[in-house]
Amino acid sequence: MTATLLFVQALNGIQFGLILFLIAAGLTLVFGVMDFINLAHGVQYMVGAYLVAAFSAWTGSFGWGLLLALPSALAFGLLVEVLVFRHLYDRDHLDQVLATFGVILFLNQGVKFVWGAAPLSVPVPELLSGSVEIASGLLYPVYRLAIIAAGLVVAALLYVLVNHTRVGMLVRAGASNASMVSALGVNIQRLFMVVFGFGAMLAGFAGAMVAPILSVEPGMGDNILILAFVVIVIGGIGSIRGAFLAALLIGLVDTVGRSFAPNLLRLFLDPAAASQTGRAIAPMLIYIFMAAVLFFRPSGLFPVKR
Amino acid sequence: MTELAETPSAPMPSLTTRLEIVPIVLFAAFAAAPLLAVFSGAEGYVLSLLTRVMIFGIAAMALDLILGYGALVSFGHAAFLGIGGYAVGILASHGSEDLLVQIPVALAASAAFALVTGAISLRTKGVYFIMITLAFGQMLYFLATSLATYGGDDGMTLSSRSLVAGTDILKNDFALYWACLLCLFGAYVFSRSIVASRFGRVLRGTRENAIRMEAIGYQPLRFQLAAYVLSGMMAGLAGCLLANQAEFVSPSFMTWQRSGELIFMVVLGGLGSLHGAIIGAAAFLLLEEFLPEILHGLSFFLAEGTRAHLAENWKMVFGPLLILIVLFVRGGIMGLLRRPHHG
Repeated sequence: MTATLLFVQALNGIQFGLILFLIAAGLTLVFGVMDFINLAHGVQYMVGAYLVAAFSAWTGSFGWGLLLALPSALAFGLLVEVLVFRHLYDRDHLDQVLATFGVILFLNQGVKFVWGAAPLSVPVPELLSGSVEIASGLLYPVYRLAIIAAGLVVAALLYVLVNHTRVGMLVRAGASNASMVSALGVNIQRLFMVVFGFGAMLAGFAGAMVAPILSVEPGMGDNILILAFVVIVIGGIGSIRGAFLAALLIGLVDTVGRSFAPNLLRLFLDPAAASQTGRAIAPMLIYIFMAAVLFFRPSGLFPVKR
Repeated sequence: MTELAETPSAPMPSLTTRLEIVPIVLFAAFAAAPLLAVFSGAEGYVLSLLTRVMIFGIAAMALDLILGYGALVSFGHAAFLGIGGYAVGILASHGSEDLLVQIPVALAASAAFALVTGAISLRTKGVYFIMITLAFGQMLYFLATSLATYGGDDGMTLSSRSLVAGTDILKNDFALYWACLLCLFGAYVFSRSIVASRFGRVLRGTRENAIRMEAIGYQPLRFQLAAYVLSGMMAGLAGCLLANQAEFVSPSFMTWQRSGELIFMVVLGGLGSLHGAIIGAAAFLLLEEFLPEILHGLSFFLAEGTRAHLAENWKMVFGPLLILIVLFVRGGIMGLLRRPHHG
């Protein structure tokens, strides 16, 4: 019983971790390359979810909805970059924090304005609905497996893109030393736009993927943004590999911790106290974990070499 | 250069004396406000709004102490509001309803939290510091949501305001107002004396160049940590008052958005002047309170339905306004007040 539960929770953790990775990947690149702290990255995730909700209601199919939502999320990211973020790159972090905070306020209200305050629901695509038996007597929803598969595919694509293409090379160079890349004749402004739009699209993709299993509502990106920050801080800012590993770690620690912390504490405490403290400690686990990592390695587990 | 470095570290003497007018006017206005409240006809409303303004003024000033003078962008300062609030709520639910017990406990708890998280956070620099303070704030937020005994997600309603030395004087809105004004004034004088002291000079020196401070024999980290602890305690005090003003404590005291609002208050008022933070808090809260009505008034040329819609979605104006202020108003409100003197 406990072993199968652990297995299911681990799968949930990996799925959550991969979603976190999709968000954190953009965030870490935007920060690494442009030295830009973007609080509004969480709302890109929310916008992705809303776009897929709107487009799949319009076309009647999740697949088409997703296909339309991705370029729209990209276009939206570029629009915000041109309107707001571009003017903030040479400001200090404090200004960036505040201005992107303003973008959050605007967009959280904006989706309420357009789609109303009530949560939207997106039906799970028919092809991927239902459950499969992954071990004897253990059913797991197909859609969650699909999220895991999609996350892994995107991670692999990202790996190839960053490590084996010219754009990826420029991005890596930018993360190490942006002004040197600029001095060598690369149009750094355009590189920024590419990175930014791509990051926005990845976050939008994450939002679109979770739309069928979560409710799509204003402010849904706010808390996951903080988790994405935790991920990139643990992974080392600017490092895709770090973000990937840290996202999986955080996903697992959070999901497994929530269901097992009470059980573990029962070894030391009486059941009532154990479940009480367990529930109190579980949501704090990842932050304690982050504090521990930063205490020993202040620049994260996989810092980018500068 | 950055805005943080731009704030004058040692203003000209003549300028300082002229600028002293601002805090005097500010505190005189707070002292006179209850009279106006009586005449306004909406006494309870005006008093409670201004009490909130003063409470957030304390919290914003606490943040200004480390943000303006130490360039430490703490993105988790709302956590201390929560600590103060929960100290009042939890103690009251166990029968200790006296503020003379609650405040020392709140201050001790804030100091302990600041000491531990500060010691870890200050090992990091720049954006890592922003993010780690943010994460610690979230940690406490989630702790509060899981405290089922104390209301969990929903928070807890206080049965009454705290007692002061056994008397229920704070039941009176005017008494609470004066108590908050006293705390605000005390916190202001205290912060001013810190800033003017040798300690404050070391803190500012560290802001400009930590390595040089180290080279002349200081240990910047200790000064920063001490400032962080003091700042946390002041924000904790604000939390105690906020719980009494609202007669309610909930995890929403310490959402990260609240921390962001505190930073905005400080920047809006102008970094590194202390009274600027109070003005920023006042401007922020009043804008938040009246923007729906202002929008409704300004859009007189539109149809009534559209006007109501606009007023309801005031945050869609507030957000861009915030961005524009960041982009174009350098130095905040204090900067605007200061500018003519330079000309």
